[in-house]
Amino acid sequence: MIKFFLMVNKQGQTRLSRYYEHVEINKRTMLEAEVIKNCLSRSKDQCSFVEYKDFKLVYRQYAALFVVVGIDQTENEMAVYELIHNFVEVLDKYFSRVSELDVSFSVSEIRL
Amino acid sequence: MPAPIRLRELIRTIRTARTQAEEREMIQKECAAIRSSFREEDNTYRCRNVAKLLYMHMLGYPAHFGQLECLKLIASQKFTDKRIGYLGAMLLLDERQDVHLLMTNCIKNDLNHSTQYVQGLALCTLGCMGSSEMCRDLAGEVEKLLKTSNSYLRKKAALCAVHVIRKVPELMEMFLPATKNLLNEKNHGVLHTSVVLLTEMCERSPDMLAHFRKVRQLCSSQLVPQLVRILKNLIMSGYSPEHDVSGISDPFLQVRILRLLRILGRNDDDSSEAMNDILAQVATNTETSKNVGNAILYETVLTIMDIKSESGLRVLAINILGRFLLNNDKNIRYVALTSLLKTVQTDHNAVQRHRSTIVDCLKDLDVSIKRRAMELSFALVNGNNVRGMMKELLYFLDSCEPEFKADCASGIFLAAEKYAPSKRWHIDTIMRVLTTAGSYVRDDAVPNLIQLITNSVEMHAYTVQRLYKAILGDYSQQPLVQVASWCIGEYGDLLVSGQCEEEEPIQVTEDEVLDILESVLISNMSASVTRGYALTAIMKLSTRFTCTVNRIKKVVSIYGSSIDVELQQRAVEYNALFKKYDHMRPALLERMPVMEKVTTNGPTEIVQTNGETEPAVLETKPPPSGLQPASQANDLLDLLGGSDITPVIPTAPTSKPASAGGELLDLLGDLNLTGSPVSAPAPQIAQPPFLLDGLTSQPLFNDIAAGIPSITAYNKNGLKIDFTFERSNTNPSVTVITIQASNSTELDMTDFVFQAAVPKTFQLQLLSPSSSVIPAFNSGTITQVIKVLNPQKQQLRMRIKLTYNHKGSAMQDLAEVNNFPPQSWQ
Repeated sequence: MIKFFLMVNKQGQTRLSRYYEHVEINKRTMLEAEVIKNCLSRSKDQCSFVEYKDFKLVYRQYAALFVVVGIDQTENEMAVYELIHNFVEVLDKYFSRVSELDVSFSVSEIRL
Repeated sequence: MPAPIRLRELIRTIRTARTQAEEREMIQKECAAIRSSFREEDNTYRCRNVAKLLYMHMLGYPAHFGQLECLKLIASQKFTDKRIGYLGAMLLLDERQDVHLLMTNCIKNDLNHSTQYVQGLALCTLGCMGSSEMCRDLAGEVEKLLKTSNSYLRKKAALCAVHVIRKVPELMEMFLPATKNLLNEKNHGVLHTSVVLLTEMCERSPDMLAHFRKVRQLCSSQLVPQLVRILKNLIMSGYSPEHDVSGISDPFLQVRILRLLRILGRNDDDSSEAMNDILAQVATNTETSKNVGNAILYETVLTIMDIKSESGLRVLAINILGRFLLNNDKNIRYVALTSLLKTVQTDHNAVQRHRSTIVDCLKDLDVSIKRRAMELSFALVNGNNVRGMMKELLYFLDSCEPEFKADCASGIFLAAEKYAPSKRWHIDTIMRVLTTAGSYVRDDAVPNLIQLITNSVEMHAYTVQRLYKAILGDYSQQPLVQVASWCIGEYGDLLVSGQCEEEEPIQVTEDEVLDILESVLISNMSASVTRGYALTAIMKLSTRFTCTVNRIKKVVSIYGSSIDVELQQRAVEYNALFKKYDHMRPALLERMPVMEKVTTNGPTEIVQTNGETEPAVLETKPPPSGLQPASQANDLLDLLGGSDITPVIPTAPTSKPASAGGELLDLLGDLNLTGSPVSAPAPQIAQPPFLLDGLTSQPLFNDIAAGIPSITAYNKNGLKIDFTFERSNTNPSVTVITIQASNSTELDMTDFVFQAAVPKTFQLQLLSPSSSVIPAFNSGTITQVIKVLNPQKQQLRMRIKLTYNHKGSAMQDLAEVNNFPPQSWQ
């Protein structure tokens, strides 16, 4: 099960967040900060799956934006990895060459 | 009131904020504006305001005041309003808020709306945050929509049904008829969501699972063949631009179907058989050059492993995993290692073939891969490859990150214990671990290692020599030092005499050994526990070494005044051993017997060790300094529950600091030296252990022989001392006298000390008094217990000496007590 879907930039600003499980609002910022810290500290040749607390993070970096998906143990990590890419491609088609600005300004459209 | 700014403007303004405080300020200002706008019930701009509110919510600021506004938006007729309203509802509302129930009616109406997009919105929202009440109310609508011909709605309805089932499992049966036709769709979206729905149903309810496996009455085909057919189409069909991802047709659907097949095939032979072909086909035909292909293969492998597949298929799966391992892509290696870990229990041999690759992964840079490789390596160790694997694992231990060291060390210990080819190898390995990762080793490793060493009797000399060499250089790693000092204490004589068959014997003198132990004691790096070990080791060496006993005595006496209470207690007790109980010292400090690794203690073992109890019982604490007089040891035995050794009433309470014990001894020593005018038979030194050895198991105070009158032994100057008697039924030669001292003057008597002496044929034991102050005006008493052993049943006589401070001056008095009632000694 996908627990959450985040798009966070390198400075730690959340561009898009969607939670599929209830998380307290103050915990959310903490969670996002920790997650981005984890992802930033990894180098290019490390694998994209990180174990974090009791679930896994699958992340992919696109320029300065990190797309991070939190999944639990039953999910196929590689399929989620593909999903992220698929999603970004969709955004690309929708906005014709999407950039971070597009994401930040069209939040409500993306979320639905 | 000017029109509220648009969302884009807001985002732009927030982006110009340089600091967190600036951003907060902007947002608060905007929040205030939004709140006043809400109060004005402004319909036109409500949508915009809520959109801004949602953005701020995403950034992490509280936005709960917008919940009602969302409801109002949902109720409006405009699509844009509805859209934002539903989005807001999904984000801001959940079961915890009571407000959400108000939405139910709106959703119901929207589910029957003419526009499919509105229906879609409603389905989405219901599927996202519907509570169980809402789901119950609206499940019928959802089911109806599941049967429509509109694929856009059908797929949303299917997902909504998943949520309903999750919230209210009882409604599952309601959706069952609708699922019959779901898989006949052409639309991949519908297919995908229906597979999800079926997966959810099968996972939740074993009845459903059984139902889906069996032949269905109406449809001509079972579920499994249907799925197989769909999968086949996907693989075989040519390029279809709608569903293509890097050359593979709808991999997401393929993965989902594979997962459902896995659930259907688990523990079920028929279904598994039906799937075998298609799985083999997928496994061989999928392109592996891209990540997509690998994702599908990964799912296939997981499925093959889970169902009752034939062995050929399993071998195929493991080979695929092996290929993954050789791949350059880290992600793939990671998933390969994870899956191998899952399968290593069942297909051990097949995984063994890839052992060398796995061991190579230990050297990878990536932390996640290293962890997986380490766990897998431990699972693969067996009798044949233990030497080679251990070498690799020890090398890994050397170079890995600290977070791994503890786990790696424990893993190595376990593996070494199970598969050690020889004792020497075992000890070598453990020593290697201790020297490389000594500080990360878990606490229970130390007693385990000690137990192992005692068990390998022939290796003692070799072990102690190696340990000695190890701590010569560096004594900072606590577990290593603990084990080493224990061994040196036990086998120091072997070390000094230089007998060692396995290695070159080294020349060590007794002084050098004591040097190293002393430096451990002094060093700042040693923990308190380690120091305890070292001190006990030094003490044990006093019987093993011959020429350095004086040095040992000196060291031990220094620590008698150490700040650390544990060390101080030990040192004082050892001192006492030197002084008073020198004759007992060799017996107490002799070699430890082979310990059994059981939690229950046989009493015989404890007798031999004289109070050093098994490590297993005391876990991480070092063997207690049971070198107190044997009565202490017996007390400990009593605590350990049931032995046939005579348990003994403790002489000095163990919790008191050693000084109290010293005081007791001094008291009796004083008695010995009473160069008083008493020319009567020299009083006996009370020897607590031997006195009480005569006692049998019952605590004395149980037997109150009623009828022995009490006497007043002394009554002078306002100080009155009464004796009350008790006789033990089990041992008639013991009399227990309780004295009570009371003070009838107007001032307290302080520093009261009561001493007694008896004729030679008796033995006397004084227990500690209740206090040393007798309050004035008879308002309280001091009690003290005297035990008298009278084996020859002679008439009891006693001389008492009292010292106390009264009215500022020290008083002292001697008296003789002759008026013991006959019952007390006959």
